[in-house]
Amino acid sequence: MISLDLLFEAVLFGILLGCFYAAVSLGLSVAFGLLDVPYVAHPALLILGSYFTFLLSKTGIDPIICGLLLMPVFYVIGIALYRFYYETFERRSSDTGVRGLAFFFGIAFIIEVCLILVFGVDQRTVSATYIGSSLEIGEYRFPYRMLVAFGIAIFLTTLLTLYFSKTFNGRAIKAVGQDEGALRLMGANPVKIKQLAFGIATAVNALAGAMLIIVGPVEPAMDRIYIGRTFCVVVLAGLGSMSGTLVAGLILGIAESIVMMTLGASWAPAVSFGLLLLMLGIRPQGLFGR
Amino acid sequence: MDKIRRKILETGGAGLLAATVPTSMAFAQSAPVKIGMSMPQTGGLGAGGQAALIGLRMWVDDVNAKGGLLGRKVEFIVYDDQSNGANTPGIYTKLLDVDKVDILIAPYATNPTAPIMPLVKERGKLLMGNFSFQVNAKVQHDMWFNNAPWNDAKGWSEGFLEAGKNAGAKSIAIFAADAEFQQNLANGCREIVKNTDWNLVYDQNYPGNNTDFSSIIRSVRAARPEVVFVACYPNEAVAIMRSVNEIGLGSQVQIFGGGMVGLQFTPVMQSLGSLLNGVVNYNSYVPGMKFPGIEDFFKRYTERAIAAKVDPLGFYLPPFNYATGQMIEQAVNATKTFDNKRLADYLRRNEINTIVGPISFDKNGERSKPRMVQAQFRNIKDNDWEQFKNPGKQVVIWPAADKQGDVITPFDRARKAT
Amino acid sequence: MKYSIYAFIALLGFLGLSLMNVNEYIFFAGFVILQFVVLATAWNILGGYAGYVNFGVPAFIAVGAYTAVVLFKSISAPLVVQIIGGGILAGLLGLTVGLLTLKLRGIFFSIATVAVVFILETVVMNWRYVGGATGLQLTRPQDLWIFDTYTRMLFFVMAVLAIGSVSIARYIQDSFLGRGLRAVRDSEEAAECSGVPTLKIKLIACTISGALMGIAGAPMPMYLSYIEPTATFNLNYSISALGMPIIGGTSHWIGPVIGALLLATIQQVVTVTVSNELNVLVVGVLLVLFVVLAPDGILGLIKKWKQSSK
Repeated sequence: MISLDLLFEAVLFGILLGCFYAAVSLGLSVAFGLLDVPYVAHPALLILGSYFTFLLSKTGIDPIICGLLLMPVFYVIGIALYRFYYETFERRSSDTGVRGLAFFFGIAFIIEVCLILVFGVDQRTVSATYIGSSLEIGEYRFPYRMLVAFGIAIFLTTLLTLYFSKTFNGRAIKAVGQDEGALRLMGANPVKIKQLAFGIATAVNALAGAMLIIVGPVEPAMDRIYIGRTFCVVVLAGLGSMSGTLVAGLILGIAESIVMMTLGASWAPAVSFGLLLLMLGIRPQGLFGR
Repeated sequence: MDKIRRKILETGGAGLLAATVPTSMAFAQSAPVKIGMSMPQTGGLGAGGQAALIGLRMWVDDVNAKGGLLGRKVEFIVYDDQSNGANTPGIYTKLLDVDKVDILIAPYATNPTAPIMPLVKERGKLLMGNFSFQVNAKVQHDMWFNNAPWNDAKGWSEGFLEAGKNAGAKSIAIFAADAEFQQNLANGCREIVKNTDWNLVYDQNYPGNNTDFSSIIRSVRAARPEVVFVACYPNEAVAIMRSVNEIGLGSQVQIFGGGMVGLQFTPVMQSLGSLLNGVVNYNSYVPGMKFPGIEDFFKRYTERAIAAKVDPLGFYLPPFNYATGQMIEQAVNATKTFDNKRLADYLRRNEINTIVGPISFDKNGERSKPRMVQAQFRNIKDNDWEQFKNPGKQVVIWPAADKQGDVITPFDRARKAT
Repeated sequence: MKYSIYAFIALLGFLGLSLMNVNEYIFFAGFVILQFVVLATAWNILGGYAGYVNFGVPAFIAVGAYTAVVLFKSISAPLVVQIIGGGILAGLLGLTVGLLTLKLRGIFFSIATVAVVFILETVVMNWRYVGGATGLQLTRPQDLWIFDTYTRMLFFVMAVLAIGSVSIARYIQDSFLGRGLRAVRDSEEAAECSGVPTLKIKLIACTISGALMGIAGAPMPMYLSYIEPTATFNLNYSISALGMPIIGGTSHWIGPVIGALLLATIQQVVTVTVSNELNVLVVGVLLVLFVVLAPDGILGLIKKWKQSSK
């Protein structure tokens, strides 16, 4: 059996990993959790963010700054995507389920294939001073790249939670998922609110994408495994819960880390999808959902 | 004196040109002979594949300049399998049924080659192996000839384990990707470990697309091995070296490495730089080893490689790919046919002289006289590919015939040694 | 009955083609095209008729393929047994997935199907007997029946399977099951209220759909003489299997056939002439175009054109 020491280190690494997973799932939490959009293209946009970061960082800019710089670009992309989705599907509301899903699935594949055609299937990485070395505390070593991702994750989650609870627009976004009619009566335009939310969700993806390529190498087909991780976090958290996303991320991260340590890395992909199925089977509304 | 020399060369050159003109007219008379393959030009093996391809194209150009094969121009058909074994059966079926090639060369490396072995055997086609490892062991195709300078796992791990034993090591950790090559190699090592008095303290397989090795390296460190044997492919090799640097293996490790593919590609060596120091790994050629005609080959190769923005040194694969071409050439010229069975027969019975020395095959189609080395990386600086041109950067520690120096242990000391 | 005559003629046509002296590659590519006819038809039974989008197509294909491998490796089972075994197990998988998730909303069902793909892939990757992540080389037995090569025989077998699946889909469409599925698609709540046993018919559809996908996957190990998990569990199958019916038209059994024949042929031509990736791009782009502009697929376009020309 493995030692307590090793287990402890696995849990610590799992916490870092988990916060990272939470951060990359925040966008989906908003788009799918709050707005009910079948946004299966979310991981593909995440990888797109990573590749844009890769391109931008070639000019010498630090990857984190690249991610921040890309956020407004992705915000616009998000608004455009939602607008298109709304006009084409939600408005006409005939058979939206199948068509909306098929639409986003198609978009995800188109993004992936275009990335392959432009960049090839090779792995891409970025370099920065904090990538490659670790923080030594006693016998434990914490790679700086994970600490950086952890920091950004905490920052993003706090920012979004505050936004959704303190600002008018933020609260409106939370409300639009629950009761559109009431929101309309309060003077807010639900479509504009949803658009804003989707824009924010996609903008967050830009920074999350930067984090992804800092944490490890990226290749176009990675969006597939991240469908599992992001949807697992969102379903585990329960639709509509921001802080729940962080907790769910931690659960996933620690679970994956322990499985990698005990059963081996070959079982790691099944953890997120397994947790997802388990949750759907026993408690579909998630841990904190309404 | 020089003027006269130049004059002779000029007239000689003109004569050569004149001599080639009628030959190219002769090409037009008969159909070209097609040689086809898929080569991983993108994906994890891409860096190696692109270099290998230049070696092959050099041979195609050379043989066509001499008049082709049996008077017919060689047409070289190559596809990109993206280092993905799932693509090769379709590509090789296309090569046979649509492009109608006469002679097949295998893709570089074991993992893209394994899926096509049954297909090639069923169709009764000659397959020129390309640096794969034990890929014919189960299928037992009798028209398979592998150009790689190794035979079985025993030869490979022997030298590595010997170096560890000499440093007084008793415990060993093994980890390998769950894929054909890495498992073939690791199983060979496991076999030896089982039958001798090594203490196996850690043994794990990981999925081929694994990018984060922190948990594996951490577990290896906790097991406190003195020798660490790794069987991996290029992407994994890079991630593993970075992880070792991040997390460390512990001061008790004497020897690290063994079967890491990718640490022979110049682009990878350049990007890892000083992270390579101390690693003991296999290779097919390092500066200092004597092969007839190889210096001239490298000169011509480097020119083309730099122009194509590919591995400029080309130590590992290109000479052996050129040798594959030479083997085809000699077999065809000797048997005066392209009939795959007769060519296979010839290759089985004869020793062929190539730029990597004489090559002969055993009954499984692997080299009867292996010549691979284990070498230790020393004094590597970051971001400099030219440093690898000279001996001293990859010091051969085994076998005795090619030995250039003693291995430096423990691993930590070797990483810092100058 | 007109349909059975057409089906019989088609069967004879495929048989004739397999015996003709034409380029081998036609059968190699044709196998894939016919495989997609089966997959698209199978997908449509649940996706088109009932409106439940199954993203987990590769899981069912893989169950079919790996069952065939196990049967072949353990008892040297002939192809027919491999196919039947694959179908049964894939059907069971369909039933299980259905029981677990068909009570959930649309998108949760779809995400759950993706989860099944990755979980099964991980299981297979750790299963040494079928080759694990490394894969398994297989030697094809040389019982070719009346054909010249094994590939021709597989081509004809797949043709039989294709005609069979389409017949099943046609039968379902016109039966009580089909009417119930359409009611579920239009409004599940209303169907429940009018007494339709929605869960039961969804389960039946899921089982049949899964079984047919398994049947399509079972000949694959023999087709390639090789099997390995990454290619078998590839999500590219999902986008093709759902793209083809949506492009062809989901309301009628002939929609998936049109979509599959058209799209798969384009894919094969693209693979031979250009590259592999462009395959997926073609399906992806056409899918998005049709979903946005022509939601009823080619069938819908034909209907509109017929109406406007009246």
